[in-house]
Amino acid sequence: MTTNILPAFIFMIGSLLIPFFRGRAKSIYMMAIPVAGFLNLLYLPTGDHYLVNFAGLELVLLHVDRLNLLFGYIYHIISLITVIYILNFKNNVEYVAGFMYAGAALGVVFAGDFFSFFVFWEMLTIGSVMLIWARKTKSAQAAGYRYLLVHVFGGLVLFSGIVLHFNQTGSLELVKISLSGISSYLIFLGIGINCAWPILHPWLTDAYPESTIGGTVFLSAFTTKTAVYALARFFPGTEILIWIGVGMAAFPIFYAVIENDLRRVLAYSLINQVGFMVVGIGIGTQLSINGACAHAFNDVLFKGLLFMSMGAVMYRTGKIKATDLGGLYKSMPWTTLFCCVGAASISAFPLFSGFVSKSMVMAAAAKGSYLPGQASYVIVWLILLFASAGVFHHAGIKIPFFAFFGHDAGHRVKEAPKNMLIAMGIAAFLCIFIGVYPKPLYSILPFPVDYHPYTISHVLSQTELLFFSALAFTLLLLAGIYPSEIRALNLDADWIYRKLGKQIYRTLDKGLNPLNSFCESIVRGVTTGLALFFRDAAAKLSLFVAVNFWLLAGYRDKRLEIKKNRLYNDISQGTLSIGIAAAVAVSFILLVLIIIYFKEA
Amino acid sequence: MGKKHIFDDPRNVKRLLKIFFSFVIILLILDVLYIFLSKAHVIHRHINYKWEEFFGFYAFFGFVACVILVLVSKYILRPLVKRREDYYDN
Repeated sequence: MTTNILPAFIFMIGSLLIPFFRGRAKSIYMMAIPVAGFLNLLYLPTGDHYLVNFAGLELVLLHVDRLNLLFGYIYHIISLITVIYILNFKNNVEYVAGFMYAGAALGVVFAGDFFSFFVFWEMLTIGSVMLIWARKTKSAQAAGYRYLLVHVFGGLVLFSGIVLHFNQTGSLELVKISLSGISSYLIFLGIGINCAWPILHPWLTDAYPESTIGGTVFLSAFTTKTAVYALARFFPGTEILIWIGVGMAAFPIFYAVIENDLRRVLAYSLINQVGFMVVGIGIGTQLSINGACAHAFNDVLFKGLLFMSMGAVMYRTGKIKATDLGGLYKSMPWTTLFCCVGAASISAFPLFSGFVSKSMVMAAAAKGSYLPGQASYVIVWLILLFASAGVFHHAGIKIPFFAFFGHDAGHRVKEAPKNMLIAMGIAAFLCIFIGVYPKPLYSILPFPVDYHPYTISHVLSQTELLFFSALAFTLLLLAGIYPSEIRALNLDADWIYRKLGKQIYRTLDKGLNPLNSFCESIVRGVTTGLALFFRDAAAKLSLFVAVNFWLLAGYRDKRLEIKKNRLYNDISQGTLSIGIAAAVAVSFILLVLIIIYFKEA
Repeated sequence: MGKKHIFDDPRNVKRLLKIFFSFVIILLILDVLYIFLSKAHVIHRHINYKWEEFFGFYAFFGFVACVILVLVSKYILRPLVKRREDYYDN
């Protein structure tokens, strides 16, 4: 049996009907959407479907192969989990926007041509910004606008790249692109903005922590992973990606150590994890691409799980800053447990999901360093190892420690609602299942897998790395050196447009606007002066001449005034009798003739 | 405050720390054992680089990495980027 329904349409059309359901039927209906989508996915035959000719463009609405099926599976799984998680929020905006957003992500990964790829890419932005605005706070609104501006800009960059690409090649086919020529760089950069490359990243750390509790879980899954998919599709083996990825893996961990907002800590660690995937794509071997994809799959689950546990904390206590939290293991034991599973998975503890995927990328980097001309991969390997220790430090220890242990902030709240616990439970189960039994995951990777994570040396070395990272944390904490959480804001690259941009605007405002109004006043003065003069210039001139005659003719006082007024009004209103006008005209012509005559003579 | 919880008792915290520290020491012992066994070709050790064979390489690396991470974040990054929470508001 085969089907060929567009995965994106199941989500998008399905989402439009959500507001018409009520109560229990609504919950069941919403859970049915990803389940139906998943069944459809299982029976989708590989290859191209829906070949459409639109305005002279050859479109392929559905392209199915191993690479995008992997992303399709995990998008459906996380959609189901997130929907269960947000069932208690009763917010139609969040439901519809969430499914639209997930549908757009499915549309991007299953698109078979650049045009439909771009259309769905833009829809991603719309769905996600709705999820941010759904929080309805002032800061969420502002962050949403910044998010929207960045992504609209990114979309335009991508679009211009696609247009140029189409212009050069005459084809919209999704092919591997090598970095040469402006079109390829524009596409590369457009994807890079969604992928949160360093300096282009602050939209993520700015907006994700401002979204709704469920919205952040949705957001953490789709935008960056879709960008990772796009890089794997168009730019595998592009060497510069290795260094971009290394930067992504390394710099956010420093920020995560000093950040106070725990969802923002997770946002930084999201960039750090995507860094590993980008390195994998940049190396471009079968092992490394497999590693990148497997890690994307796992990251959606464990990062979703971590965001869910922090969301549950926020839902019950109303707080998310480390300075306001602590000791919650007493009142939210299940949430604590699930958070720890997520933390162990992201830290790549043996038997948890990160262990079976992150090391694939590192192994690929190590292998690559022995090839001629790639000795610098040793540095890549060392930095990734540093980032592995660092991620354990902030996401693995800091998140659970400051929220659930540490000093008791005195919150005595109820455990998270049942639906949230179920959602976290499913995610936690999958994290452990994949960690213990990675075979099913390996079997859906794009290339055949010949990798064994559970060797003695790998288990021992990884455990050593993590335990001694934990030892460092413990000793630094006991010695009082570990930076205490402070209510503060940390500057990041968004300073460029949030502060510097504003300053430049203000400077220009102060410098250029006075100049502008000065020039305007000059121009105005001259023109109004001229206009005032010419309004009655003819009448005044005639008066000047006529008054002399009238004085000679003996007009005085009142009669002279009346005469003057009449002439002024007649000329300025154009009501001179025809005889006088004709006389003036004739005398003017005569005057001209006389002048000409004397000149000739 | 009603019920007593497991870490309200400082003895339990101490116990946890003791378990943790003993794990750390066991890991180092295992590392020695592993080096010994692989040198004697009892078990095969798969390594990428020579330094992975040094005693406690991963332990040392993990520990130093985290100390550097914390010190750099606290003493270099934080003074550079820390601002009041309402920095962007006005």
